[in-house]
Amino acid sequence: MAIFEHGAVKIEVDEDGFMQEPEQWNEAVAKALATTEGVDNLTDEHWKLVHYLREYYLKFGIAPMIRKLCKETGFPLKKVYELFPSGPAKGACKVAGLAKPTGCV
Amino acid sequence: MAEKKLKPEELVQIELSPPAREWMDPSVNFRKGTWNYAAVPDTLDYLGLPNAGKWSPPDEEWPLPDNWQEIIHNGIKERLEKYRSFKVFMDICVRCGACADKCHFFIGSGDPKNMPVLRAELLRSIYRNDFTMAGKVLGKIAGGRKLSKQIIKEWFYYFFQCTECRRCSVFCPYGIDTAEITMIGRELLSLLGLGIEWVCTPLANCFRTGNHLGIQPHGFKDSLEFAVDELEEITGIRVNAPINKKGAEILFVAPSADYFASPHYYTLLGYLALFHELGLDYTWSSYASEGGNFGLFHSHEMIKRLNSKIYMEARRLGVKWIIGGECGHMWRVLNQYMDTMNGPADFLEVPVSPYTGTKFEHAASTKMIHISEFTADLIKHNKLNLDPRRNDHWVATYHDSCNPARSMGLLEEPRFIIKNVANNFHEMPENTIREQTFCCGSGAGLGTDENMEMRLRGGLPRANAVNYVKDKFGVNVLLCMCAIDKATLPPLLEYWVPGVEVAGVHELVGNALVMKGERPRTTDLRGEPMKGFGDAAGEEAQDV
Repeated sequence: MAIFEHGAVKIEVDEDGFMQEPEQWNEAVAKALATTEGVDNLTDEHWKLVHYLREYYLKFGIAPMIRKLCKETGFPLKKVYELFPSGPAKGACKVAGLAKPTGCV
Repeated sequence: MAEKKLKPEELVQIELSPPAREWMDPSVNFRKGTWNYAAVPDTLDYLGLPNAGKWSPPDEEWPLPDNWQEIIHNGIKERLEKYRSFKVFMDICVRCGACADKCHFFIGSGDPKNMPVLRAELLRSIYRNDFTMAGKVLGKIAGGRKLSKQIIKEWFYYFFQCTECRRCSVFCPYGIDTAEITMIGRELLSLLGLGIEWVCTPLANCFRTGNHLGIQPHGFKDSLEFAVDELEEITGIRVNAPINKKGAEILFVAPSADYFASPHYYTLLGYLALFHELGLDYTWSSYASEGGNFGLFHSHEMIKRLNSKIYMEARRLGVKWIIGGECGHMWRVLNQYMDTMNGPADFLEVPVSPYTGTKFEHAASTKMIHISEFTADLIKHNKLNLDPRRNDHWVATYHDSCNPARSMGLLEEPRFIIKNVANNFHEMPENTIREQTFCCGSGAGLGTDENMEMRLRGGLPRANAVNYVKDKFGVNVLLCMCAIDKATLPPLLEYWVPGVEVAGVHELVGNALVMKGERPRTTDLRGEPMKGFGDAAGEEAQDV
């Protein structure tokens, strides 16, 4: 485990930079984590995706299906990759403070 | 992606000159991109596994328990007594080398320790030294090595560079199953608390929520409901996806990625469409919501613990028999271990197709059949209305997923289905398919991003064969029947063979299936336009 620091944000992260205590998440954390993904400025579209993931996560304890994410945000997968170059799981979920999915994914 | 991003033309420059050091002198280099993260202590504690510690493979000093040598020695001894196959495999190898160039990791990396014979020697040399008279007396001369911490590191590196695909076993004149040697190697490491995150976290998830991904029952329900809604948008037909329905005839168990990831999800739509069209009396389970069994990548104990959930749930729900979905390693567990570990399932009935009357005698004991057997039988008896033109936008080839092919012999069923649901199908070269199929390079828990360089190397032979049919026939989709394939082949092909998609067999079944009362179809299950099916019910059938 490592400590990630950015400005006033100080959180525990795993080897891939995913936060270890998702309950510590807030918008400042999201902004800080976004910098590790090469996203220095979170636009309204970024926030729409991040908030959708966050809300789904609070309800279900995991990320939604990729297909559902695309449909309900209205962003095709290509657009998700434009917003977060590492993609929905490695990029968007990381910024939204979700855990890394494991298994046949 | 791997830290060091090598271009394909660089990665394909494979070093084949032997290293200066003799193999018996243990050495291992944890190069970034070629190993997997260690399992975290919380996960091991959750699973009740011993010696959990915080560490990382490149660390100089690993947190081994004080009596680590004793643990390994006793661990080998116990397994030699318990598994006759292990003892035989330790004794009978004559090091002929027939397996050497059959391993995808050796082909892609050139690392001699990835020759199956040598990977096995890493363990066999300890066996010789400690358990055979010749080794005890003659030591190194008899091929024995004295156990050391460096050898433990070597085991970890190379036993997690084997996908347990068993291609080498096909060529072994003695039939040595190298996957079983890797499995024992991983078990021994596990006794010391050494496991990988990508295996142990799914194991813990599976106990906690029912599946490897950690999807909770309400999330599982939410995902299936979403799929039902979307299928209705595409076909105009509202299907039913019953969960935990007591008294259903059939329990259906699929890998959890089918209701989470893409392109797996489109195979899920295919299952749902098929079952609805048949009017199948079946149920999903939120407890046995995982077909896969990452226990196979960990230890016999874990295989048994995870697998037991399927029969438990079949009993609780009172079903008659079980169908399993498009999962790979699940089928080695079902075919080889389930019956003796958790059977006999006397409370179930021998599977009989309600539509064709076919009795699946080969599953007389396990009571569980593969969905491709079920579907192929339906097609054979002309029970499905199929329009293969609906897959004319695909030029397909088929990747035999290692375990359904080599562990179960499911070679003809998927091909029979594909030829009936699609018009354009071309085989890859014969030494890369069927029993000789090349692994995706990412199975057995190795499908991580941190291991990407090794995955791309290991997947090179498969990708190379895909490239051949792409060039020759214009293949644009690689079909498969395994959730790990569906997750790991897309980045592999994107790297080596851009422009070839990955899809499940039942996705194409779903495309071709003409459902009673459906609306005129213009798109496939992905929502993509189908070639020759214009807006007005196919009136504008025009090749583009």
